[in-house]
Amino acid sequence: MKVLYGLAIALIVLAAAAVAYAVSPRALEAVERPDPQSFDKAAVAHGERLALIGNCAECHTAERGGAYAGGRPIPTPLGTIYSTNITPDPETGIGTWSQEAFRRAMYEGLDREGQHLYPAFPYHHFTKVMPDDVDALYAYLMTREPVRNEPPENELRFPFNLRPLLAGWKLLYLDNERFAGLSDADEKVNRGAYLVQGLGHCGGCHTPRNALQAEKQDEFLRGEVTEGWYAPAIAGDVPAAVKWNEAQLADYLAGRWLEEHGVALGAMAPVAHNLSRVPDEDVAAISAYIVSLMEGDKLEADAEITGAVGEPPDSGDIGAVIYAGACAVCHEASPSPSATGLPLAYSTSLRIPTPLNLVRIVEEGVKPPEGQPGRYMPGFAGALTEDQMVALATYLRGQFTGLEPWADVDDVVARRMRNESGTKAGTAEAE
Amino acid sequence: MITLNVNGSTFDTETAPETPLLYVLRNEMELNGAKFGCGLGQCGACTVLADGRPIFSCLTPIAMLAGREITTLEGLGSIDSPGPVQKAFMDEQAAQCGYCIPGMIMRAHALLLQNSAPDETTIREALEPSLCRCGTHMRILRAVHRASEGFQQQTSAAGEASQ
Amino acid sequence: MTVLDHLELSRRSLLKGGGGLVLYFSISPGRLAAQEGEPTPAPPAAAPSPPKLPGSLSDFPFLDSWIRIDNDESITVFTGKAELGQGIRTALSQIAAEQLKVDFSRIRLLTADTAQTPDEGYTAASHSMEKSGTAILHAGAYLRRMMIGLAAEELGVAAGDLKVEDGAVVSSAGERRSYGQLVSGRSLHVTVNDQTGFFEPGNYTVMGQPVPRVDIPGKVTGEPSYVHDLRLKGMVHARIVRPPKRGMRLSDLDTSRIDDMPGVIRVVRDGNYLGVIAEGEFQAIQAMQALQRAAQWEGGASLPSDTDIYDHLMKLPADTSVINGPETAVSPPDGAKIVEATYTRPYQMHGSIGPSCAVGLFQNGQLTIWSHTQGVYPDRAAIAEMVGMDERAVRLIHVEGAGCYGHNGADDAAADAALLARALPDRPVRIQWMRDHEHQWEPYGSAMVVRARGSVSGSGDISSWNYEVWSNPHTTRPGPAGNLLPAQLISASFEPEAPTNIPQPAGGADRNAVPEYSIPNARVVEHFISEMPLRTSALRSLGAYTNVFALESFMDELALAAGADPVEFRLARLEDPRARDVVTTVAKAFDWTGWEQRPGRGRGFAYARYKNLAAYCAVAIEVDVDGATGRIRLGRAVAACDSGQAVNPDGIRNQIEGGLVQSASWTLFEQVRFDAEGVHSADWAGYPIMRFPSVPETVEVHVVDRPGEPFLGTGEASQGPAAAAIANAVADAIGVRIRDLPLQPERVRAAMQA
Ligand code: FES
Ligand code: FES
Repeated sequence: MKVLYGLAIALIVLAAAAVAYAVSPRALEAVERPDPQSFDKAAVAHGERLALIGNCAECHTAERGGAYAGGRPIPTPLGTIYSTNITPDPETGIGTWSQEAFRRAMYEGLDREGQHLYPAFPYHHFTKVMPDDVDALYAYLMTREPVRNEPPENELRFPFNLRPLLAGWKLLYLDNERFAGLSDADEKVNRGAYLVQGLGHCGGCHTPRNALQAEKQDEFLRGEVTEGWYAPAIAGDVPAAVKWNEAQLADYLAGRWLEEHGVALGAMAPVAHNLSRVPDEDVAAISAYIVSLMEGDKLEADAEITGAVGEPPDSGDIGAVIYAGACAVCHEASPSPSATGLPLAYSTSLRIPTPLNLVRIVEEGVKPPEGQPGRYMPGFAGALTEDQMVALATYLRGQFTGLEPWADVDDVVARRMRNESGTKAGTAEAE
Repeated sequence: MITLNVNGSTFDTETAPETPLLYVLRNEMELNGAKFGCGLGQCGACTVLADGRPIFSCLTPIAMLAGREITTLEGLGSIDSPGPVQKAFMDEQAAQCGYCIPGMIMRAHALLLQNSAPDETTIREALEPSLCRCGTHMRILRAVHRASEGFQQQTSAAGEASQ
Repeated sequence: MTVLDHLELSRRSLLKGGGGLVLYFSISPGRLAAQEGEPTPAPPAAAPSPPKLPGSLSDFPFLDSWIRIDNDESITVFTGKAELGQGIRTALSQIAAEQLKVDFSRIRLLTADTAQTPDEGYTAASHSMEKSGTAILHAGAYLRRMMIGLAAEELGVAAGDLKVEDGAVVSSAGERRSYGQLVSGRSLHVTVNDQTGFFEPGNYTVMGQPVPRVDIPGKVTGEPSYVHDLRLKGMVHARIVRPPKRGMRLSDLDTSRIDDMPGVIRVVRDGNYLGVIAEGEFQAIQAMQALQRAAQWEGGASLPSDTDIYDHLMKLPADTSVINGPETAVSPPDGAKIVEATYTRPYQMHGSIGPSCAVGLFQNGQLTIWSHTQGVYPDRAAIAEMVGMDERAVRLIHVEGAGCYGHNGADDAAADAALLARALPDRPVRIQWMRDHEHQWEPYGSAMVVRARGSVSGSGDISSWNYEVWSNPHTTRPGPAGNLLPAQLISASFEPEAPTNIPQPAGGADRNAVPEYSIPNARVVEHFISEMPLRTSALRSLGAYTNVFALESFMDELALAAGADPVEFRLARLEDPRARDVVTTVAKAFDWTGWEQRPGRGRGFAYARYKNLAAYCAVAIEVDVDGATGRIRLGRAVAACDSGQAVNPDGIRNQIEGGLVQSASWTLFEQVRFDAEGVHSADWAGYPIMRFPSVPETVEVHVVDRPGEPFLGTGEASQGPAAAAIANAVADAIGVRIRDLPLQPERVRAAMQA
């Protein structure tokens, strides 16, 4: 494998050098920050809706940092990238960017000065976005509060720290075409496809990537590990106990709790939080498109799914004992809606090919945004030993899904738990 | 039978293995430090340490703790000879009703074991799982800062002694 | 076995005092017998001294109601008030030590116990220092002078030649008589009818000092400190099962599976009342879970929903009265700038961190209950009525619980203990509520609506002021048995009494509704709504939280209309120099005039004198508002408080600071959620409160001491001002006023977009 990577990289370096030589992108002129009042109110409002769908704030806001002021570390297998400041601050943000510069960034992955941007900024999706929408986004961002904040330098391994190489990457993977529409789908599904493939950039997490971090087009939305979470397949054969329908998925996307599917967790939680603020019709469209990509028959919602209820656990199985003493109070006998856990027979995390999400959820718990009511689960980091986590994961998978045990459970648990105790969860790891 | 190691001594219990530690601590071992607050891992009143890390004893079955080192509030000191964090809480008068305080002290102690000079943000994050309804937060923060000075002195004294 | 046998705690618990529980177990049987055999001390009408005595002395004028001195020189001070984490155990001991001139550590203080202490009603409304503190102050001073008189007689010297030191009277010749010697064989059952001669404040050495709280060392080291920590010999554990919502009937219950569960002793069922007793605590919890599943409920009242609660409340029949100003609305003069505003506050809860707990023992026809109730005597009366026993056969002993902040589940849990203990005689039964019981069944602070309409004239004067408040009751304490939740569930059920409002000047729903500012013709109307969609009762500061929030928000709105600085605008209408002092103290410490604005940042100011007659408190705070998320970050907060003579300045700071942070939590986050199905705020995730990352950057409290002035209640003084200061700061930051609590992010975002 290593040899292959090396070869690929060498090729890219060569290609990039050639391209970089052939086309060196020009800098666009710095403009005076446009007067916020000069933007059309409707465009600004439309831009906000798009920014929520694009989940822009999530990547472009650091923990405890100003909104859109950048500096959030994005862990990738190639190193850590820090998001940029996209507030209209003239020095550290995009205050001097013209509308043209902004469009070019969205479509070509170049900053105003003509530097290549890393595809952690998913311009390969944004190429699908219609110019009017891009302009609305620009109007929205340029009317935000400017925040002075210089994000840290990226920490990428050689040779990925060489930006000109990105020219080569773009040559291979960037297709600067707007969304063309689906011929065989109705308007709603079309709208959903536009949002999913474009601004929503769902594939950014859910589509498997190759060694150069490009999405494999033939495995569109078939599941991938991103930022330390496994984003499950949402097309083809999806790992849900109960078949999704459009209404359910729309609820889920808007951050609501579903009896048979639970609630958006992990890296999906902020996405759902944002979608909860966009008009229902957009969420419904996204849902319709995604559901249209799902295949296979799963249990219908009313099918009998039972777990291990009530009886004293088999004390020889520590996994069963842990479930009975630590999990069952919420997952079976919850006194309150906010502490009600999903009956684990419905859990997607138990059905995906890796125990990664389960381990993370158990360790980190689930928290609604600060001060807001919502589903809660405490984190058990520090409480479980590695052996106990393995036993618990194995017990839950066997007990509640009947699927084959996870082959790599020891490995994933060990990597995850050792890493987690050393560094802050979820920020630095490439799985 | 399960053998627990609490504050350096062993304790045997016949209680069912899925029983959360909290009830064994309070009712069998007669230790008052860990409190019941919610039984849901939401408030931190029941916090104790397992191998130096804070856990919710209300949700930790004793079977998980066999052979591990458990520390409760009582393990940090006594009324006659309080530990550094306990002392700092007394010095700052960091309690109103005081019900949440044992959990706060345990969490602060665990933090200081890892990082004897935490900054304000780190302390706030470390204490986030613990709720206080009386609004004693500002004093608790001051007490942890003060305790951290004690910890640092201890560490540096230990360092000098070993040189 | 007797009650005292059960009180023999484990050896460990007995070893150390820690200012905690041990006090409760070293009960002198003598006093117990003496008090039980006799009627309570003579009522004031029969007391020999006609002038009204200060504080609680007016009800209990006898010296020995307050202080006892034994031959062994031990000094015991009694208070009918309870330690609620507010530090009164320490403050009252300071007063006694000061007046008796003994070392602080010699004072043993016994708190609320129907067998031992005077009936001081509820520990509430920030009255403890005012009532009990004043009584102990005068009783102490009286006792000291009595000692001097006795010594003068015995030693045959003039009183002027005697001085008091360290619990003894000493003559200039060095002859010495200790208090113990002097009282030996004498009765202290005398009326404290002379109020002169307590020490001059200038000479105080214990009062006015930040004496460390006596309860803290035990609490931070795990000594038994709470009723939750009581561990009586032979004690068993109980849990209750409440209906899914109010008014539901238990229609079916098969307990066969539960009876056989390990450790289960008994399922207790009486009408719709349901509980289970087991040997082990976790066994009781497991049995409770099984019982929950087995119980079938039907019927029940349909609730309105939290989204239309204000309309719903305002449509209910109300008792309307004009409590200040003219009978009819005041019209603004021509040309005045009119400001109109409606403010709302949702139901909010006490949310003690430790759920309600009590231990009951029924033995030999006597019922003893250890409870963290705020009122041992009223609770005893209610419980005796509920179980149909003579009051004298029921004893209520206060033992600390987690902070309660008003009428929470404590009394109901005490009633649970009574019912459960009666079902299992001769064994102490410990009942502790689960988190969802506490969240769903405690009485809440009422949802309220305030409508204000006022105007400012061209010269900046307030030219009209109309203020109306709608509210549910703020006190439904027991009282009668019907105010106890369990009493409503048993088959011989009791109805709650018709609630009434607390009259002005203190007020309940209308507490602090009358502006203290000099505003001509300020008209204030109260609409008291007795029908309660959700059960409500006293939550720290009662109506004052909402009224101060509304009134002080409205003052800012008027100041804005008048183009005046909010602090100047207030000072121009405040005459009381003590009010002006706290306002200027805060303005100065906050650097109000030098403060620098920057985008997204605002500052707010508010002031109120609690109940318009207790402590004065002003608060200034700065906030940052994140425009994208609508999140509010609290920055620096400054408060000042004048509580009269400060007995323990650090105790006052602790109360003001704690009240401010708690109020910030109410103001930013808190709202009980419910709909037709019932109350959904059943735990901390359904009812989030402030956690560490969101507490203010700093809180600084200035105590304005007034030596020699009467004690003024402090415990609730900062609730209102803190809320209004935050609301004013947010309005300053975003340029739009949010009038609905809590100030949740989506409200902030919506306001900014509007
Ligand atoms: S009691 Fe364990 S977290 Fe609340
Ligand atoms: S001090 Fe009372 S809950 Fe924290």
